[in-house]
Amino acid sequence: MSAQVAVMAADTGVNGIALTVLIVLFLLVAVAGFMASRFKRGDGLESLDEWGLGGRKFGTWITWFLLGGDLYTAYTFVAVPAAMFATGAVAGFFAVPYTIVLYPIIFIFMARLWSVSHRHGYVTTADFVRGRYNSRGLSLAVAVTGFVATMPYIALQLVGIQAVLEVAGVGGGDNIIAKDAPLFIAFAVLAAFTYSSGLRAPAVIAFVKDILIYLVIIVAVIYLPGQVGGWDNIFGSAQEKMAANNELTGKPTGAFLPGVGAGWAYATLALGSALALFMYPHSVTASLSSNSRNTIRRNAAILPAYSFVLGLLALLGWVAIAAGTKPIGLDGEANAQLVIPQLFEDMFPAWFAGVAFSAIAIGALVPAAIMSIAAANTFSRNIYKEWLKPDATPKQEAKVSKVMSLVVKGFALVFVLTLDKQNAINFQLLGGIWILQTFPAVVFSLFTRWFHRWALLAGWAVAMVYGTVEAYKVVNPATGKHFGGSLALMPGIEQMGYIAMTAFALNLAIAIVLSAILHAAKVSNGQDETIPFDYFADADDPRVQKDLAEHVADKPYSDPDGVPGNAGPR
Amino acid sequence: MTLGNDTTRPRPEDGPPPTHQKLMIAAGVLLVIPIIALLAVPTYAKEDPELFGFPFFFWYQFLWVFLCSGLTYAAYRLTLAARKNNGGDR
Repeated sequence: MSAQVAVMAADTGVNGIALTVLIVLFLLVAVAGFMASRFKRGDGLESLDEWGLGGRKFGTWITWFLLGGDLYTAYTFVAVPAAMFATGAVAGFFAVPYTIVLYPIIFIFMARLWSVSHRHGYVTTADFVRGRYNSRGLSLAVAVTGFVATMPYIALQLVGIQAVLEVAGVGGGDNIIAKDAPLFIAFAVLAAFTYSSGLRAPAVIAFVKDILIYLVIIVAVIYLPGQVGGWDNIFGSAQEKMAANNELTGKPTGAFLPGVGAGWAYATLALGSALALFMYPHSVTASLSSNSRNTIRRNAAILPAYSFVLGLLALLGWVAIAAGTKPIGLDGEANAQLVIPQLFEDMFPAWFAGVAFSAIAIGALVPAAIMSIAAANTFSRNIYKEWLKPDATPKQEAKVSKVMSLVVKGFALVFVLTLDKQNAINFQLLGGIWILQTFPAVVFSLFTRWFHRWALLAGWAVAMVYGTVEAYKVVNPATGKHFGGSLALMPGIEQMGYIAMTAFALNLAIAIVLSAILHAAKVSNGQDETIPFDYFADADDPRVQKDLAEHVADKPYSDPDGVPGNAGPR
Repeated sequence: MTLGNDTTRPRPEDGPPPTHQKLMIAAGVLLVIPIIALLAVPTYAKEDPELFGFPFFFWYQFLWVFLCSGLTYAAYRLTLAARKNNGGDR
């Protein structure tokens, strides 16, 4: 393929101005990331609370930028319009109802999770499950699911950066080192500032990222439609393309609107994704870093601003159809993932294309940093401290987390560089199905202890296997490969629906039936270290402050007032 | 700050704070409205009426971004009011 690469690289050419803008903005952000360790500084970075949760003191606006930067990832910005471009509204535009219904859902449970985590010093959802049921098994299941689901997500952020670099004309060539050097450097910088500044780094960078994203998308939505004949022409071209037959399958290319029967697919994709999103460790980490239980509720009302932007961005995939954008990679093959960077390069002056590329590349750094921190926290708290070194001090925990954040990112880099990109996408698809299966154990347990710990574990296990098998059975009609999509026939409804939701229904049914049986058989449901009051505690709760005041980084966690499970974990 | 000695604060052993149930139910209803509206896909999967060249399907969902934001904020105010008689915003 090397000869072909050289030819294509010559055709595409390095976009010098865009690349310069990209590098300058990237350097600016890197410096900000290192300086961030001083942002709202606490007593050093020697505990998970400080390094991994930014001291739990981000206010409404910082949380807004941080969560916005965290949830609306670079990969989203590349993949959603790509899906619109390639297969239309069902696969692409569901992201809009998904990110709308998301907020009422998290409004309902996130304040409770925040309060109980604050009272007991929980850093992860697995911590909470451990405290609620005194169940190491269920806690491990939640922790491992979160960890495994996050890994491919980090890898996909790299795919986002790669897409930008590819269109900017770098990352090609015969030499494997020169080919991957830009991505390698970007990731080394990311790893270094995450290591030194913890969650404060993405919090600061998120400001730059989000402002750039808003700027680029608003400019694109105002400027581009006029260039391609207005919205009438855009929707017309999209409708034409989606109705046309795909040569490989003989069926229409995609859906202009969800047709009869596709409503189920659209709705289950939206609901399943919304229920799943705040089960991911990186969403929980960003939420728990806020400074009061109401910060997250206020954010539920103002975060939809990002959903609006995401909707506009999705439509840019159709703007690209009207513009006749040809997303062709450096390897000479068509790649829908490149459609948005390619559209920007074709339509914008070089300097603004550079700004747009930076928005996507920097947009990858924020979630990648938070995801690696969240995965690392999960490892150090729920695997290292729980299973390997129960008497670990806060300082040792933070150290393990910092090192683990490097390992996680290194793994993601190797994954992207050595394996086909499609593997990362497949695993991400599976990750979404898997992570939703932790929802009953985490969210239902915030409200009730009626569910039995072993029933929750059994429901999780069966649903994990079922979801994986179903996803494997989906064959892409064009390529004939497995993991061809996230939709399958829903038993009982006989319509296509999101596999994660079918698995979730199965999970729920098992959890309910087994809970009833286990309660009837009077099997112990474990010791609950939380009390009802914990679910309403706020930041200025005197008991929390008393225990926090006694925290010493070098000593094991203490419990000064002898009440089980106050601030400072077991 | 008098740690643990502030008698105006609720105590952990007091259990959950008193809550105005009707206001909480009202907040719950406000939160459920956008979920139901957006999951009822056949009610909006159509092209007409168009608005500024946008098919109904698209502008309707954009509209819900704002409606949902407003409803969520209203629910937030209701939850504050529901637990207001309790020495703090919880």
